[in-house]
Amino acid sequence: MSARLARVFKRCKEAHRAALVGYLTAGDPNPEQSQELLLSLAAECDIIEIGMPFSDPMADGPVIEAASERALAAGTHIQDVFHLSQAVRLANPEIGIILMGYANVPYVMGFERFAERAEKAGVDGVLIVDIPPEEGAICDEALKAHNLDRILLLSPTSPDERIHLACAKGSGFIYYVSLTGITGAEMGDIIEIQNKVAHIQSISEMPVCVGFGIKTAAQAAAVGRFADGVVVGSHFVNQIASQQNHHQSVAALSATAMALRAAMHREINAG
Amino acid sequence: MSSLEHPLYNFEITHAPDAGGHFGRFGGRFAAETLMQPLLEIEQAFYAAWADPEFHRERLDLLKNYVGRATPLYHAERLTKLSGGAQIYLKREDLNHTGAHKINNTIGQGLLARRMGKKRVIAETGAGQHGVATATVAAMFGMQCDIFMGREDMARQMPNVLRMRLLGANVIPVDSGTATLKDAVNEALRNWVASCEDTFYIFGTAAGPHPYPLLVRQFHTVIGQEARAQILEQAGRLPDVAIACVGGGSNAIGLLHPFRDDLDVRLVAVEAAGYGLKTGKHAASLAAGKAGILHGNLTYLLEDDEGQVLGTHSISAGLDYPGVGPELALMLEEGRLELDAATDDEALTALQQLTRSEGIIPALESSHAIAAGCRIAATMREDQIVIINLSGRGDKDMDNVFKHLGWLEEKQ
Repeated sequence: MSARLARVFKRCKEAHRAALVGYLTAGDPNPEQSQELLLSLAAECDIIEIGMPFSDPMADGPVIEAASERALAAGTHIQDVFHLSQAVRLANPEIGIILMGYANVPYVMGFERFAERAEKAGVDGVLIVDIPPEEGAICDEALKAHNLDRILLLSPTSPDERIHLACAKGSGFIYYVSLTGITGAEMGDIIEIQNKVAHIQSISEMPVCVGFGIKTAAQAAAVGRFADGVVVGSHFVNQIASQQNHHQSVAALSATAMALRAAMHREINAG
Repeated sequence: MSSLEHPLYNFEITHAPDAGGHFGRFGGRFAAETLMQPLLEIEQAFYAAWADPEFHRERLDLLKNYVGRATPLYHAERLTKLSGGAQIYLKREDLNHTGAHKINNTIGQGLLARRMGKKRVIAETGAGQHGVATATVAAMFGMQCDIFMGREDMARQMPNVLRMRLLGANVIPVDSGTATLKDAVNEALRNWVASCEDTFYIFGTAAGPHPYPLLVRQFHTVIGQEARAQILEQAGRLPDVAIACVGGGSNAIGLLHPFRDDLDVRLVAVEAAGYGLKTGKHAASLAAGKAGILHGNLTYLLEDDEGQVLGTHSISAGLDYPGVGPELALMLEEGRLELDAATDDEALTALQQLTRSEGIIPALESSHAIAAGCRIAATMREDQIVIINLSGRGDKDMDNVFKHLGWLEEKQ
C-alpha cells in the first residue's frame, strides 16, 4: 500500500471513524470550475477519487454519465485530469488521491506513460472499473513501477475465490460495491453489506471502502460503523448539476461533505 | 442424436481463444467485477451445453423446424452476368425465420438461458434484427423480454420496433451518447448488472466480454458449414472467395470461420464506408480504427487520440458500431482476412441491382457485401467462385431506402 494511503487509514482509525472518500468527475462542468470544486471537496475528505471522463461509462448511472458528458463536451483531456490531480495534491499534501475510470483511456495512452504522469501528479492509486484481476497483465507492472496502488472492486456477487484473487492482486484498499447495480442506485441491505465486508476483512488485512448508492448522512454513518472507508460519488456530483451557479455548487459540496463527515464521527463515538 | 455427430454440422471448437477468452492480443474479459461472476457462469453453462448431445439435438431441431435451416446456397446467374467474372453464389440467410442470420444465435443463447433457469432475457439492437430475433425466441420460450435500442435507430427501423412490441417485448429507448448501437449495449450492460440473478443477456454479435465472442461464433458457424457442404455438392469444389459484411461481425465469422483452414479460400470482410473512408463519417473499425478496449473486449475501435469512442455513420443501422469482434481483428492481423468497404451509395446501388437481377431484396447491411462481392467477382475468371453471405432481407429498410431514392417526396 502507498505510504500515504496507509497513513490516511491509520489516522482515521485513531480518530475512530471511517475515511470519507469523495468522488467527482474531472473537468465537470469544465476544467476551470472543476478545479475549484475538487479543492472544495478535497478539503473535507480523507481520500479524493477523481473520475477520468470517458465516452462510454458502462458501470455508471445517469448522474455520473452526465458528468462525463459535460466534462468531454467542455473539452476535458487526460492532461487536464493530471493537472487537476496535481492541484489537489499541492493543496492537500496528506490526502489520498485515486484516479477512477475505464480501461480505454489509459490503454490508448499507454499504461507506462499514464502511470508515470499519474505518479508525477501526486496520485496514490488507480481504479480501472473494467480491468478485473484476470486482465491485470496489461497494467499491473506499470502501476507498480510508479508506486501506484491497484484498487480492485468486489461485489455482492463475488464468491470466495474472487475475494482471494482481488486481495492477492489488489493493493491500497478494496472497493466494495454495495449493490449489484450501477453508481447512484439505491443502497443495498445494510446487514448484508456488513456481513460481506466483515468476511472480506477476515480474509485480508487491506482496508475495505464501501461505495455505490450512499447518499445520506445516516447511510454514511451506518456504513462507517464497520467499513474502513465510505465512498460517496453521485451524491456529490449532483451538487454540481443541481445548483443554480458555480459559487453555490462549491458551497454545497463543502457543506454536504462536512455534514457526512460529522455524521460519521457522532455515530462512531456514540457506539 | 446419441453422440456428437451430425452429417452436416460438426461440433469441434477450432481456433478457440485461450482460457481467458483472448484471441491473440485481442478479446479477453474486460468487465466490471459485478459482471465477472455472471459471465463465468455463462461460460460454464456454455461449455457444459456444448458437450451435451441433448443440447444440440434441441438446437438443431429448432434450427430445422422453426428457423427453416439449412438455408439455400443460390447460384445467382443473372447477377453473375451483370458483374461479369466469377460465379456468384448467395448464402440465403435472409430466408431464415425473422429474416436474418441473427436467430441462429438467439436460439442458442435462448436455450442456454433456459438451461440456466433464467426467466427474463435482455438484448441490445441496432437494426432491430437481433432485437426481433431475441423477442421471437422469448415469445417461443415464454420468457420476459426487454430490448435496448438507441432512439436514433428506432426512428430508422420503426417496422422492427413495432414487430418487437407485437412479439411482446418491451423496447426501451436509449438517449445517452450517440443514441445508437454502442449506447444500447451500455444500457443493456447497466440493466444486466442489476438483474443478472434472473436475467440472461443475449448478446447480439461476436464481440463483448468472453465467452460471448466464442459462443456467438459457435452458434453462427452453421452458416459456413452449410455453405461449405453446399458448394462442394453444387460446384464440386470450394469457393475462391467467401465474403460477408461486418459491423460487429457475427454473420461474417459465421460464414468465414468454417473456411478458415481452407487456405486457398480468400476470406473478405466488407465494412461500412458510409460517406467514404476519407470523410471520417463511416463505421470501418478494422480499416480505420486502432486497438482499444470497449464493451468487455480488446479489439479495433474507432476512437480519438485519447481513447474516447467516436460516433459512427452508416446508412445501415446494423453496421453502425465503432468496434468489431476480436477474432476478426486477430484474423486481419494474421493476414487471414482481407478488408473491403462499401459506401452508403454503393450499398444502395447493390440493393437495387440484386433486386432487379434476381428478385431478391437484401437488407442494407448485406447490400454492402453484395456491392464488394460483385466488384471482386468482376476482377476474377468465369470459372472461379464467390460466395456472398446474404445475411438478411430488406423489408425493414424499405422506408429508409425509398427516402434515399427520393421516392417518398415524388409521391407528394
